[in-house]
Amino acid sequence: MTMSMKGIACNTFRESARNKMFYLLVFFGILFALSSKLISFLTLGDAMKVLKDTGLAAINFFCVLIAVFTGINLVYKEIEKKTIFNILSKPVSRDQFIVGKFLGLALTMLTALAAMAGIFFVFVWIRGGGVDLKIILYFLMLFLELLVIVAISLLFSSFTTPILSFIFTVSLYLIGHVMWTFNEFKAILRVPFWKYFSQGLYYLLPNLDKFNIKNEVVLGTAINPWTTLFSVLYALAYILALLALTILIFRKREFQ
Amino acid sequence: MKALEIKGLKKSFRSNFLIKKYRILKGIDLDVEKGEIYGFLGPNGAGKTTTIKCVLGLLFPDQGEILIDGKPAAGAGARSRIGFLPENPYFYDYLTARELLFFSASLFNLPAAAVHDRIAALIHQVGLSGHEDLKLRKFSKGMIQRLGLAQALVHDPDLLILDEPFSGLDPIGRKDLRTMILTLREQGKTIFFSSHILQDMEMMVDRVGIILNGSIRRQGRLSELISRSTQYYEVVCAHISEPVLTTIQANFACRDGQYVITLASDADINQVVESIIHNDGRIVSVNPVKMTLEDIFFNEMRDNQ
Repeated sequence: MTMSMKGIACNTFRESARNKMFYLLVFFGILFALSSKLISFLTLGDAMKVLKDTGLAAINFFCVLIAVFTGINLVYKEIEKKTIFNILSKPVSRDQFIVGKFLGLALTMLTALAAMAGIFFVFVWIRGGGVDLKIILYFLMLFLELLVIVAISLLFSSFTTPILSFIFTVSLYLIGHVMWTFNEFKAILRVPFWKYFSQGLYYLLPNLDKFNIKNEVVLGTAINPWTTLFSVLYALAYILALLALTILIFRKREFQ
Repeated sequence: MKALEIKGLKKSFRSNFLIKKYRILKGIDLDVEKGEIYGFLGPNGAGKTTTIKCVLGLLFPDQGEILIDGKPAAGAGARSRIGFLPENPYFYDYLTARELLFFSASLFNLPAAAVHDRIAALIHQVGLSGHEDLKLRKFSKGMIQRLGLAQALVHDPDLLILDEPFSGLDPIGRKDLRTMILTLREQGKTIFFSSHILQDMEMMVDRVGIILNGSIRRQGRLSELISRSTQYYEVVCAHISEPVLTTIQANFACRDGQYVITLASDADINQVVESIIHNDGRIVSVNPVKMTLEDIFFNEMRDNQ
């Protein structure tokens, strides 16, 4: 990694950390504390199971929120406020700019996730639970999912407005969690074209459910290491493809 | 070798998704010598910023060649010896001045340890001592402009490109910036700056290029452009009566108790001066009245229309 890429990554992280993320984290902390109190009143069964279920869902939700909002804004703001002139007029290639931005966003997500996971473990510990390796694996898989979301939002933010980026990214996120429906469509559809089209979308769109191992964590069932390894490789390949596409688009952009 | 050379630069923009294209640059040819201050003069919308953006790789030319230090400007590496101050610069307002300068240095692959002393010196040089740890959102426009110059100088560049550096500055800010630019020339830097403010241009530049409607209309050494353009001569005299003066030369005016005779060429100067002396008058001065840069500029504007 060149020093300029490192500089862009650190500055991206600094921008995120000095803006919304802090407030979101505080909000998350309070919400989580409140929901934890509620759980103890409302739950009749396994309080720990419900605590994990609610806590992991909340972490997932807030991290995705941070990933989408930070990702869609960062490149767009650079162009809109013309701060990009100060970067690209220096010996920084457009490829380095995009990779630096992505790394900065990845660092932002890692910090947010680590902070939330820390709060989560403290609550679990207060309720008498311990650190489970499966939960750590859950956070690692969530981190990969967040990286894919960040790469998607970065792609859209490199050529369109934040509102459109938001719509596209959130749509892909939602579709990415119901990818199994494309297989069902394939079975239902009779026209070969639509069958292939549905199959094409299944392979093209991000299958984010591959990173979801919440059921295995909460219910305590076994995790298949090969499926997990495949998911990791899938995430890396998908991120690389998205970054390559973003770079190709960004290389052609002019800044008036 | 030239510090910057632009040959036949053309650039168009599409107004929308339709086919129609607007040609902003219609073939720019200019060259900047090493160690000089080159003034790129033109009204708003003439193509100054578009030219600069093409040099810096922010826009892609349709046609033409741009050479920096004799090498093609395409590619990030070509920008390693350039310092750039954009028009109305905007920097990350969540950073302090010091943080911005360290960030800028990192974009030139300069480690923080290597530029620590230079950044401290630059902050002092641009007059921001005492404000280095203030968030930029609290900076005034003049302070941002000074910081902009500091970030352009952070890697000790050979060529400085300043886009409208004087716009929005108060008289003190303009004077300070002029002094800084002149000092940089003394240090051997090449400075290419665009402006539509003639006064600043006239006070500083070695050479000037006048751009109008996407083409360079005049280019040359400022002293040559001006010396080639004597409009008329003035003979200022006193202690002589109007009736006597009328017999010598009819074209005169009274100004502050002195008479100013206007002569179209230098051919009649000796005869007029001798006649005044012969009639016991006193010669105060004989002045060639040259065109100012403003006159040259407006003549070009008029011809262009």
